[in-house]
Amino acid sequence: MNNARLRWRKFVSNFMLAMTGVCAFVSVLVLFFILGYLVFNGGTSINWDFFTKLPKPVGETGGGMANAIVGSGKILLLASLMGVPIGFLGGIYLAEFSGKGMASVVRYAADLLNGVPSIVIGIFAYGLVVLPFKHFSAYAGSFALGMMMIPITLRSTEEFLKSVPRMLREGAMALGASKWKTIATVIVPAAYRGIMTAILLALARVAGETAPLLFTAFGNRFESHGWSQPTATLPVMIYTYAVSPYDDWHRQAWAAGLVLLGLVLIINILARTILSRGIAVPRS
Amino acid sequence: MATDTTASLKGAGPVTGSRSFFARLSDGDEIARLVTLVFAATVVLITAALVWELWTNSALPRQKFGLHFFVTSVWDPIMDEYGALPFIYGTMVTSAVALFIAVPMGIGAAIFLAELAPARVSDTLQFFIDLLAAVPSVIYGLLGVFIVVPLMRTVIYPALNKPFGYLPIFKGPSYGVGFLTAGIVLAIMVIPYIISVSREVLLSVPRDQREAALALGSTRWESTWKVVVPFAKTGIMGSIFLALARALGETMAVTMVIGNTPKIAASLFAPGYSIAAVIANEFTEATGDLYLQSLIALGLVLFLLTFILNGVARILIVVTTQKGSGVGA
Amino acid sequence: MKRFAGLAIGVLALCAIVLADNALLINGAGATFPYPIYSKWFDVYHTKNPNFQFNYQSVGSGAGIKQVTEGTVDFGATDGPMNDEQLKAYQDKHNGTGILHFPTVLGADVPTYNIPGVTGALNFTPEALAGIFLGKITKWNDPAIAGQNKGVNLPAEEIIVVHRSDGSGTTYIWTDYLSKVSDEWKTKVSKGTSVNWPKGLGGKGNEGVTGLVKQTPNAIGYVELIYAVQNNIPYGTVKNSSGNFVKADLASVTAAAAGAAKEMPDDFRVSITNAPGKTAYPISSFTWLLIPQKFQDAGKRDAIKGFLKWMLNDGQGSVEALSYAKLPKEVVEKEKKAINNIQ
Repeated sequence: MNNARLRWRKFVSNFMLAMTGVCAFVSVLVLFFILGYLVFNGGTSINWDFFTKLPKPVGETGGGMANAIVGSGKILLLASLMGVPIGFLGGIYLAEFSGKGMASVVRYAADLLNGVPSIVIGIFAYGLVVLPFKHFSAYAGSFALGMMMIPITLRSTEEFLKSVPRMLREGAMALGASKWKTIATVIVPAAYRGIMTAILLALARVAGETAPLLFTAFGNRFESHGWSQPTATLPVMIYTYAVSPYDDWHRQAWAAGLVLLGLVLIINILARTILSRGIAVPRS
Repeated sequence: MATDTTASLKGAGPVTGSRSFFARLSDGDEIARLVTLVFAATVVLITAALVWELWTNSALPRQKFGLHFFVTSVWDPIMDEYGALPFIYGTMVTSAVALFIAVPMGIGAAIFLAELAPARVSDTLQFFIDLLAAVPSVIYGLLGVFIVVPLMRTVIYPALNKPFGYLPIFKGPSYGVGFLTAGIVLAIMVIPYIISVSREVLLSVPRDQREAALALGSTRWESTWKVVVPFAKTGIMGSIFLALARALGETMAVTMVIGNTPKIAASLFAPGYSIAAVIANEFTEATGDLYLQSLIALGLVLFLLTFILNGVARILIVVTTQKGSGVGA
Repeated sequence: MKRFAGLAIGVLALCAIVLADNALLINGAGATFPYPIYSKWFDVYHTKNPNFQFNYQSVGSGAGIKQVTEGTVDFGATDGPMNDEQLKAYQDKHNGTGILHFPTVLGADVPTYNIPGVTGALNFTPEALAGIFLGKITKWNDPAIAGQNKGVNLPAEEIIVVHRSDGSGTTYIWTDYLSKVSDEWKTKVSKGTSVNWPKGLGGKGNEGVTGLVKQTPNAIGYVELIYAVQNNIPYGTVKNSSGNFVKADLASVTAAAAGAAKEMPDDFRVSITNAPGKTAYPISSFTWLLIPQKFQDAGKRDAIKGFLKWMLNDGQGSVEALSYAKLPKEVVEKEKKAINNIQ
């Protein structure tokens, strides 16, 4: 064997493999860099004021994002109430009741919906919910975000229900349970953890969405009461403050970014570690 | 005798439904089926409504400009003339830059995770990569504005413009914002998708492929690069398409760093515009039906692009993983 | 069980939010030009009248006009008055009832820049401004600029133009002025809230433009005076129609409105750019609230009328602190009468 050539090939091999290692670690490092940078810049601004006060007039320092935090919470809650039942029950239909034809139509529609860019969802929600009712509202924002939660919930519900062992099904039926009783009391509980994981991940994903809220929830200087008023939300506030020239607003944008990222990461970590021990978790 | 035992179980019968409608109804099965059917149908209805709304509300520019819409580069609300070209160009260029950076890094990282790292290290790192994919886009925008833009101005621009400034893609002044900045931010956003999917695809390549190569005397790298990766090639392509679809639709991070200028420029340092960014900026103020519908037409274009890419990506990935597991091979 | 408990707590919290204090919320959206004074006014007004919450979103004059026409907000705000076409579009959407313009303050568009080493006010001629924004004057040390600024060390760097990416009354004022002083601008670009800019970066809102200028060396943009002042960025003087280089301030902006004040049309739509007068600042403008003539909701109507009255009396007292000029007396009187037109 030609020794020099072999040594060169071995060198190339080690070098390239080391490079791949670099790629991997750099990619992971980005996550910690982002987190670290947010903590560094936003950490000091996270104080009691930030969580409890309303924004101050333009140019004045101080104030907080109480309305945006509550607003985001409200919109996400309603979005889940809108999107999860549709996805969940639709998934049950696909897994338990449907024939092949209908199933492929529904799956196809869900995949289509999943791929729609979020700004286009915003356009749709504006035309459907804002214009006819003639005002921006929290429920318009929830509608947009809820729609985005449907496909993931639907597909995951279907997958996890289908993966429940036949034994469980047949056992229940052998005991005389009707189909829906089997589903409600045996199959869904068995698939529960996987489905909850998927729902939480979907929630974390829409929690960070800004574009659909621009034309639906719009924005509010004050706390919004009820669901039919324009609402301030955390992502939109971050955007507005970040592109402004005011240093105080920049400081608050970092803090808000840290809160938002922290929330999203915590949901993800909880869902992926505790909830889904032993289950294969869906990618986004 | 058989009928006796089944009759003793109330309403029971064969497990699959050939019982009478009313028997099923009284069990609640039919109700359950109908209820869940309604919800499943709602999904189809929503999607159909979305597509229909996009199509009908973009009729005006279709009638007025026809296919010219895609090749005109004027965007003039006063003269009521609209062309999609600058936005399509911007969307394409930023995505291309993003892929140019993200694909080598992503595939490299995926190779490491699939081939080299021990299982626990691989899983842990993948966990962090999944978290990276969950970071909201407005946070990337925030970092883009305060980190990447100054970096572009102080480090990247001088590094590329001084030695290579004669090339059209590196010409011109430095704005800080622009195609390259947006491309870099997008690259960071799409790397996790390339890594996750490529890693899975590489893991599904059967062991014997690698071992055969090694047995023939190749180095680890050669067996990976010349045997395993080509085997998984279609799946990796699929991951790239997925990443591309994500990059195309990205709104907030792009509009915060691209410069919001509807002009086509050769230089990567020039400011530009993307489809999603122009919709976000101009939608709430588009007075006049043609203006508004032109924006919706842009939305339709974006939707079609991402739809096609996602569909193709999925096919490619499924084909590869099936090939690996020997199904349909 | 745990799930139910959690759900119950959630619902209760929800009720608390929903049923909490029932102030009347009035939504408005529009110009970023007067946003600093509007946000101050609405804040003060809410403290004085806790029953009313005026939620004003600074999204640009274009969006203000559009959304008030669609009826998704209760009032709009713009620095580029609605043109006849837009007024007709409003009427068509609202069964023939119209929309009224109410001037609130006087402000100015200033040319603001970020040139390393230059901290003072540069002198700009109309030709220089038009040339820069048309893309014909490309470097800071161009004779058209340097000639008026002897003694200032202008670098040989590319000028980075920053304009608005959204539909903007500030843009309307700026392009209105340029159309009056430059025939080339008038034919090539013309005036409007959203124009086809020959070159430059787009920032969202006055806030975005200020932000971009602040961060980008060698940039020039046009913003409302208070944005340059609040952010400590230099802004230049502009040569007015009498040949004097005038800096935007309370006196020069008030001087620009002097002529219009006496001849204010009934609908209050007027342009005061390039106004005559030795001390007049040439890029000044009124800014308007867009109030529908007819309200379905009597509560909202009365709240808005109440605010307008307060704005014309007490409100005017706080504008100068934010570098806006008060409305001329004649205009205030005329507006007070016009409030009665709101039904």
